[in-house]
Amino acid sequence: MRLRQWIVVALLFGFLHAATAEENVITLSSTTSTQASGFFDYYLPLVKKATGVEVRVIAVGSGQALKLGEQGDADVLLVHDKAGELAFVEAGYGEDRREVMYNDFIVVGPGKDPAGIKGQQDVVQALKAIAKAKAAFASRADDSGTHRTELRLWALAEVDARAASGTWYKELGTGMGETLNTTVGLEGYTLSDRATWLTFGNRGSLRVLVEGDPRLFNQYSLILVSRKKHPNVKAEAARRFVDYMTSGEGQAAIAAFKVGGESPFKPNYRGGE
Amino acid sequence: MRVCSSPVNWRRGRGHEVNTTPLLPLRCEGLCFRAGDLTLLNDVNFTLEAGGITAVLGPNGAGKTLLLKLCHGLLLPTTGRLQWQHTPTDLRARQAMVFQKPVLLRRSVAANIEFALKVRGLASDERSRRTRDMLARTGLAALAERPARVLSGGEQQRLALARAWAGNPEILFLDEPAANLDPAAARTVEELITTIAASGSKVVIATHDLAQVRRIAQDVLFLHRGRVLGQGSVRGFFECPPNETAAAFLRGELYW
Amino acid sequence: MSEFSTALSLAFDLLRHADPVLVDIVLRSLRVSLLALAMAGVLGFALAALITVTRFPGRTALIIGINAAMALPPVVVGLAVYLLLSRAGPLGGWGLLFSPTAMVIAQVVLVTPLICGLARQTLEDAWREYAELFASLDLGTLRALSTLLVETRHSLLTTLLAGFGRAISEVGAVLIVGGNIAHVTRVMTTTIAMETSRGNLALALALGLILIFIALLVNAGVFFTRELAARQGA
Repeated sequence: MRLRQWIVVALLFGFLHAATAEENVITLSSTTSTQASGFFDYYLPLVKKATGVEVRVIAVGSGQALKLGEQGDADVLLVHDKAGELAFVEAGYGEDRREVMYNDFIVVGPGKDPAGIKGQQDVVQALKAIAKAKAAFASRADDSGTHRTELRLWALAEVDARAASGTWYKELGTGMGETLNTTVGLEGYTLSDRATWLTFGNRGSLRVLVEGDPRLFNQYSLILVSRKKHPNVKAEAARRFVDYMTSGEGQAAIAAFKVGGESPFKPNYRGGE
Repeated sequence: MRVCSSPVNWRRGRGHEVNTTPLLPLRCEGLCFRAGDLTLLNDVNFTLEAGGITAVLGPNGAGKTLLLKLCHGLLLPTTGRLQWQHTPTDLRARQAMVFQKPVLLRRSVAANIEFALKVRGLASDERSRRTRDMLARTGLAALAERPARVLSGGEQQRLALARAWAGNPEILFLDEPAANLDPAAARTVEELITTIAASGSKVVIATHDLAQVRRIAQDVLFLHRGRVLGQGSVRGFFECPPNETAAAFLRGELYW
Repeated sequence: MSEFSTALSLAFDLLRHADPVLVDIVLRSLRVSLLALAMAGVLGFALAALITVTRFPGRTALIIGINAAMALPPVVVGLAVYLLLSRAGPLGGWGLLFSPTAMVIAQVVLVTPLICGLARQTLEDAWREYAELFASLDLGTLRALSTLLVETRHSLLTTLLAGFGRAISEVGAVLIVGGNIAHVTRVMTTTIAMETSRGNLALALALGLILIFIALLVNAGVFFTRELAARQGA
């Protein structure tokens, strides 16, 4: 009995020890798209080798990622929601926002394409056609960067999609992968980031139908969580990570990441703002 | 007149050495027990003397079990009092009780006896010695390592008796110990009870079995509807019933 | 149907090659859940025993509360623990968020009511049977309680298995407080959720099969240990 108690205590302390993270271990709050694509599995070992910093990733929607930063539960953010990011920095939660890489959004839909948008160059016209055909459209509806972009595009198309919620417009409240799974089942349309799509294994009849519109541009930014709000933030290690990602070597490594011959992310850091 | 001759090492000073001041006799004065509107025991008066076997006799529902539990201290009387000759702090530890349906622990036969000795503070080597002794005397030695709960009804009852006896109680309360047993098993249990009484423990046995009373008891306390309707020697009670109710019960004509 | 057969062969392959990533995740799942189970067991049994043998004001309310807490949604527990352990929360100073310890805490909160509620029922039934014997033997409350726990060990073991099942299969709470960090807080269930979101349905299903397989091993192990003990008269 006594031996068993000691084992329990020892295990507990083992965990506590693991939890008292060292100075060189930082928490990165990021989006599901970067994680789902396998980008971090490729990139973080390079970071560790170059800087000695071990990065632990919490992959959530951009909205929640910003919230984690606000709470002081992350040291650095990698997100894609410019309006939200600027507000975050403005409120004093973050500093040193750096635009580090980009990719693009795409509209995917079923092969038979009931709204007839295949080849459409203009994403706004495509959305109008989907609304007109009342074809099923799955929305993330989770306050993520992708969701916020989608809402901006509906506004440009002058379609009040949310008024149709529950009919052809389906608000799911899930991550990108789950939303794609549902879209496959619905044989509907959705807006996806390219990184998630490239690595998504359950495409069913879905195809890329609209791409290349400049309004589908998707910028990712790094933000350091401010030490002024949360003194526990490991600012020094976080800065080493950010410096690496924006360095020539770090940028080249982003470009070198390939999935199925394509680069899910393209580096575009242009120096200080 | 204890059979257990070698001195027992009671770690917490229980048992033998304090036996110098005996618990008995026990005087019960005006015991009443009520549950809601029901009066289950009504003005019960009697005295239990040391030594021998006293049968608490009566039809079902007379209040026999209840009386035993009051004497053992498991229940408190609504009114009236129990006056022991001597009231030590370990009063209950110097008694024992075996319930009609024996409550055996889910462990081996030997471990059941050991447990009772352990809670009495007996040292380990003394425990195992005494357990072996008990098993031998109750004819359970061959079953020592069996799980207690798989024993037959008679064996279970014997084990319960052995466990109660192991602590050398000055007074042992038995609630219908041979009910539900076949005649042979009942006979074995009765013989064991006689042996226990002969070893010096006072035995109080609740029963409705007249033949059993004749076989093993010396004194009888006749209980009917919560009242004592006769007490005295077994011989006197059977030869000359004190009242018509007792006579009717002896004739097998008394219904509750 | 093809997903199922693919999943099955994938599960076999992963197990046969003892895939190191898989082994790491499985061991972490077991470590977190078994530790949580040990703590929830101690807490749950102690509380159940206390409720069984004592009478105090609010006891009935406590029992109803515990029974209701058996239905606690894991996500709500995860959220509550997150808010407690968050840097901005009251226990933020401990720096436990996104650690295995946080996952253990969440699972303890989830599993303790289940174990306590089931154990209380077992103990109360047993108490009705044993109370008079214990009183007759003049057992103190503590000794009566410990004896009662030993006597009901077989039923309580089943209770622990139910608790283990809830702990190891739960995803909502550990995802929120653990964060599914590779090599740190990634366990079986969060991996399954992640692979599902990647559209790797067969792999997710294969991992699910392995989870069930492990639960099967644990249950079989307990079952046969118990059989053996019963045969030896314990």
